[in-house]
Amino acid sequence: MGLPVVHVASIVPISLTVGANRIVPAVAIPHPLGNPELPRDEERALRLNLVKKALRALQTEVAEQTVFAE
Amino acid sequence: MAENKYRVVHYLNQFFAQIGGEDKANVPPLVREGAVGPGRALQKTLGEEGEIVATVVCGDGYFAEHIEAAAEKVVELASPYQPDVFVAGPAFNAGRYGVACGASCAAMSAKLAIPVVTGLYEENPALDLYRKQVYIIPTADSARGMREAIPRMAAFVHKLGLGQEIGLPQEEGYFPRGFRINQFADRTGAERAVDMLLLKLKGEPFQTEYPMPTFERVPPSAAIKDLRPATIALVTTGGIVPLGNPDRIEAASASKFAAYSIAGVDDLTPDAYQTCHGGYDPVYANEDPDRVLPLDAARSLERDGTIGKLYDLYYVTVGNATSIANAQKFGQAIAEKLKAADVDGVILTST
Repeated sequence: MGLPVVHVASIVPISLTVGANRIVPAVAIPHPLGNPELPRDEERALRLNLVKKALRALQTEVAEQTVFAE
Repeated sequence: MAENKYRVVHYLNQFFAQIGGEDKANVPPLVREGAVGPGRALQKTLGEEGEIVATVVCGDGYFAEHIEAAAEKVVELASPYQPDVFVAGPAFNAGRYGVACGASCAAMSAKLAIPVVTGLYEENPALDLYRKQVYIIPTADSARGMREAIPRMAAFVHKLGLGQEIGLPQEEGYFPRGFRINQFADRTGAERAVDMLLLKLKGEPFQTEYPMPTFERVPPSAAIKDLRPATIALVTTGGIVPLGNPDRIEAASASKFAAYSIAGVDDLTPDAYQTCHGGYDPVYANEDPDRVLPLDAARSLERDGTIGKLYDLYYVTVGNATSIANAQKFGQAIAEKLKAADVDGVILTST
């Protein structure tokens, strides 16, 4: 039952308020999974890591709302 | 008849007009002279200054099946009486009757430019349909509340009849219509906020200026044990859509969500995708839409076997001033589709 969802969100307090159970903080509002300051391939690596973090969150059992900050 | 009595036309359904019950629900619009049924109680409370000159009646079934035509007919039957005010119901929690009252009021207001009012229970679906166009007085959920509702409705009709200004919902006792009115306050927002905080810190009662909605909590779903065979779907509220926004998802207050195929797509590029979200600076997302919907990363994780499959469709809406009701609706609908497609987990990105 249910469908595990991870919220990669720029504004963590909003994500917590609306009730997301698995939250990964994103980089910034206009580029949650990017950073235009970085050279292209560094940015891609950053994005890949964020998505991997999101997948790890999906693999983690949680009993309550959890922010995967590390 | 006393001079300067304001003229009122009342609308009732077949039941309250004492024509019949469900068996008479298909009665087309007709008009009776003077006050009928609960209109008499309304008239009594209006006293000498206002007169219900006619009562328009229509069967609930007939109205529901011919809403536009019936509303027009109501206007046609009412206008010879030259009403200054039009009052409908109250309809309490009755759905069809509520719609008939709301639609009649809206039509009378639009066609004759006269003030209108009706009464509904807060859960009546007609409330949300007509609250912006029509004053709606809150009532109980059934006709047991008639006794209690009539004086309040009469008071409102009276104000309208005398051409008095109607104040704020909380003062006058009607459902907020959703309009924002600018007001000057005696102190700045900063001062009012600090005062409120001080009261809160002291544990003293305070009155919020804006009640926050409460959000339901959903128990966390079970984790995915093994990613390697898993199908992962991407969903975003960041408004990433095919170039041109073919389904016209709104930049704010989205009324819809959409699904687009990413089968065979490895990378989102500005020649094929854009953002349609009006709540953040679009420059970076338009330069590289992967910054909001991380397709390139997800695809590479599919290629290297980290995940079994990246679902062929992604879902998108715009999370800018989305109504909570819509957000819930979209979420549920998307989840149902993903479950039906045997998706194992979702990465939802938001700006």
